[in-house]
Amino acid sequence: MIELVQIEKHFQGQAVVHPLSLSIKEGEFLTLLGPSGCGKTTILRMIAGFEQPTDGQVWLAGQNVTDVPASKRDLNLVFQHYALFPHMTVEDNIAFGLKMKKMPRAQIKERVDEAAQMTQLSALRDRFPHQLSGGQQQRVAIARAIANKPKVLLLDEPLGALDLQLRKNLQSELKHLQRTLGITFVYVTHDQEEAMMMSDRIVIMNNGKVEQIGTPREIYARPQTLFAATFVGENNIFSSPEGLIAVRPEKMVAQREPGAKKTGVIEDIQYLGSVHKLLVQLDGEPMKVTVALDISDERPWQIGEAVGVNWNDKDEVMIEP
Amino acid sequence: MRNSRFLLPPVLLWLSLFLVIPMLIVVGISFLSRDTLGRVVFEFNLEGYRTFFDPLYLGIYWDTLVLSLLTTVICLLVSYPLAYYIANASPRVQTWGLVLITIPFWINFLIRTYAWVLLLRTQGVVNSALLWLGWIDEPIQMLYTYGAVLMGMVYNFIPFMVLPIYVALEQMDKRLLDAASDLGASRWKAFLHVTLPQSKSGIMTGAVLVYVSTSGMFVVTDILGGAKSTMISNIIQTQFLGARNWPFGAALSVIFVVTSLILILLFNRAMQARHQRVGEGRA
Repeated sequence: MIELVQIEKHFQGQAVVHPLSLSIKEGEFLTLLGPSGCGKTTILRMIAGFEQPTDGQVWLAGQNVTDVPASKRDLNLVFQHYALFPHMTVEDNIAFGLKMKKMPRAQIKERVDEAAQMTQLSALRDRFPHQLSGGQQQRVAIARAIANKPKVLLLDEPLGALDLQLRKNLQSELKHLQRTLGITFVYVTHDQEEAMMMSDRIVIMNNGKVEQIGTPREIYARPQTLFAATFVGENNIFSSPEGLIAVRPEKMVAQREPGAKKTGVIEDIQYLGSVHKLLVQLDGEPMKVTVALDISDERPWQIGEAVGVNWNDKDEVMIEP
Repeated sequence: MRNSRFLLPPVLLWLSLFLVIPMLIVVGISFLSRDTLGRVVFEFNLEGYRTFFDPLYLGIYWDTLVLSLLTTVICLLVSYPLAYYIANASPRVQTWGLVLITIPFWINFLIRTYAWVLLLRTQGVVNSALLWLGWIDEPIQMLYTYGAVLMGMVYNFIPFMVLPIYVALEQMDKRLLDAASDLGASRWKAFLHVTLPQSKSGIMTGAVLVYVSTSGMFVVTDILGGAKSTMISNIIQTQFLGARNWPFGAALSVIFVVTSLILILLFNRAMQARHQRVGEGRA
C-alpha cells in the first residue's frame, strides 16, 4: 500500500531521517515507535505530503506520490493536537473533506452520519470543538479523517494529550475501528505499551535510524539492538566475549542455592501486584539486574540479602550495541 | 480572572465620569432651546431634531455614511493583504512591518494631514514631479477634492485596520492549514474556509474602529476637502463653536451616535449570524 524507497530528510544539513526503506501492507496496523525527536513524525509528515523528502520516493497504492501535494494524496492524517476547525461545528468539521471533494449533499450527509456513529458522536454534531472534552475532540479528529474513506489513515500521537484511563479505552476503540474499516493505519507513538498492544508491526526508531522492524512478539522476544532491547519492556544486559546479551527479568530466577550464573545483593524489592521484582546489585560488576519473580513464588526476600541469579541459556538474546 | 472584580469600581467611575455623564448632558441639551445670544435655556424643544430632517442635513448625513463606509471598505481591501503578509513573514520582517505601520502615529495627526497638502496642492510635490516627467501639461486639481478626503481618511486609519487583523492572523493555529490541506483543500480554499473565518474577529474590530473614527472626523475634511466637502462632524463642530446653536449640535450628535450604534450592531449581527455560539473561536 505504501512504499518508502530510501527516503531521507535533512534539516539545515542535519539528517533527521536517515535513508529508510519500508513497505507497508494493505490493512496493516503499523506503528512508528521511538522517543521524541527520533524522526517518526517527520516520516509520517513525508507520507502525508507536508514534508518533502530530501531524497528518495514515496509510493502510495502503486503510484509515485513524492511530488504530489498533501491535498491530492488519498490519505488522511489525525493530528497530534487534533487541529479541529474552531469555527465549525462537529458536523461541519467531519464534512469538511467531503465538501472539498464537492461530493453531493445527500452523500455527504450519509458519510457524516456513518462516521459520527462509528465514533459515537451522533449526539454532539451541533457542538463546537471548544464545547467538547479532550476525548470527544479526539473522536472528531478521527471521524473527520475516516469520513473521507482514505486508503491510509496516518495518526500522529493521537492519544498523547489524554489521561491514562481514556487512552486505554481509546486504544481498544481505535484498534476495533481499524479492524472494522480494514484500512491501513500508520501510527506514531512514543508509548511502547501502546505500540505493543495495537500494532501488527512496529518500527523502532532512534536518532533518525530504524533500530528494528517486526511484530510485537518478535520485538519483545528477539530484540536486535541494545536500543530495541531496552526501549520496549525491561531488559538485563550483560556483556560476554561474543557481545551483548539481553535477558528479560521474567526469564530470570532468584535462588539461595549455589551454582547460579551470577551472584549479588538484593538492593530493593518492588511489589507491583501482578509482578514482584528484586533489584540485585551484582558482585564485582557495576551493574544491577532486575529479577521478576513468579507470582506463585512466595518465598520471603529481604533487602541486603545475598542472592544467586540464574537463567536458561535459551533465553539469552544476542544484541548489537 | 479574580482580579477583574477589583478593577470594576474604578472602571465604572471612569466610564461614568468621562462617557456616561457627558453623553447625558449632550442628550439633555439636545432637547432644550437657545436664546438669541446662543445660550442654552431650560425650555423643552425639538427644533434641533426637526432641523435635521432638512434635505440639506440629511444629504450631508448620507454623504458622511457613504464616505465612512467607502473608507472602511478600502481600508479593509488594502489592509488585509498587508496584515496577511506581515503575519506570515519571518519574525524580523514582522517586527519591521509593525514598526513601519505604527511610525505615522508618532507624528502629530495635524502635521501628517498637512503634509498631504504639500504633496497634493497645485504647486505640490506630486504635480511638480508629473510636470517634470512630462506626463501632464498643467497641474491637476487634487487637493480639495472628494478623492483627497477619501485618501486622507484611508491613509490615517489603515493602521486601525491592519493591527487587529494582524493580531487575529498571527494568533491563528497554523496547523489548521495543514489539516485543511490534508482534507483536500487547495490553498485558496483553505484561506477561504479557515483563515478568513479565523480572522473575522480582527476584521470586525478593524472595521468598527475605522468606521467610527472616519464618521466622527472633521479635521481631514477641513484640511484636504476645503469648503466643498462637509461631513456631519463639521456641522456639529460649527453648531457648537461657530453658530452657537448647541441644541441643534447636540441633537445631531445624538442622532449620529444612535445611528452609528445601530449600524455597528447590525454589522456584528450579520457577521455572527452563522456561528452564534463560537464566541472568540479559540477556547
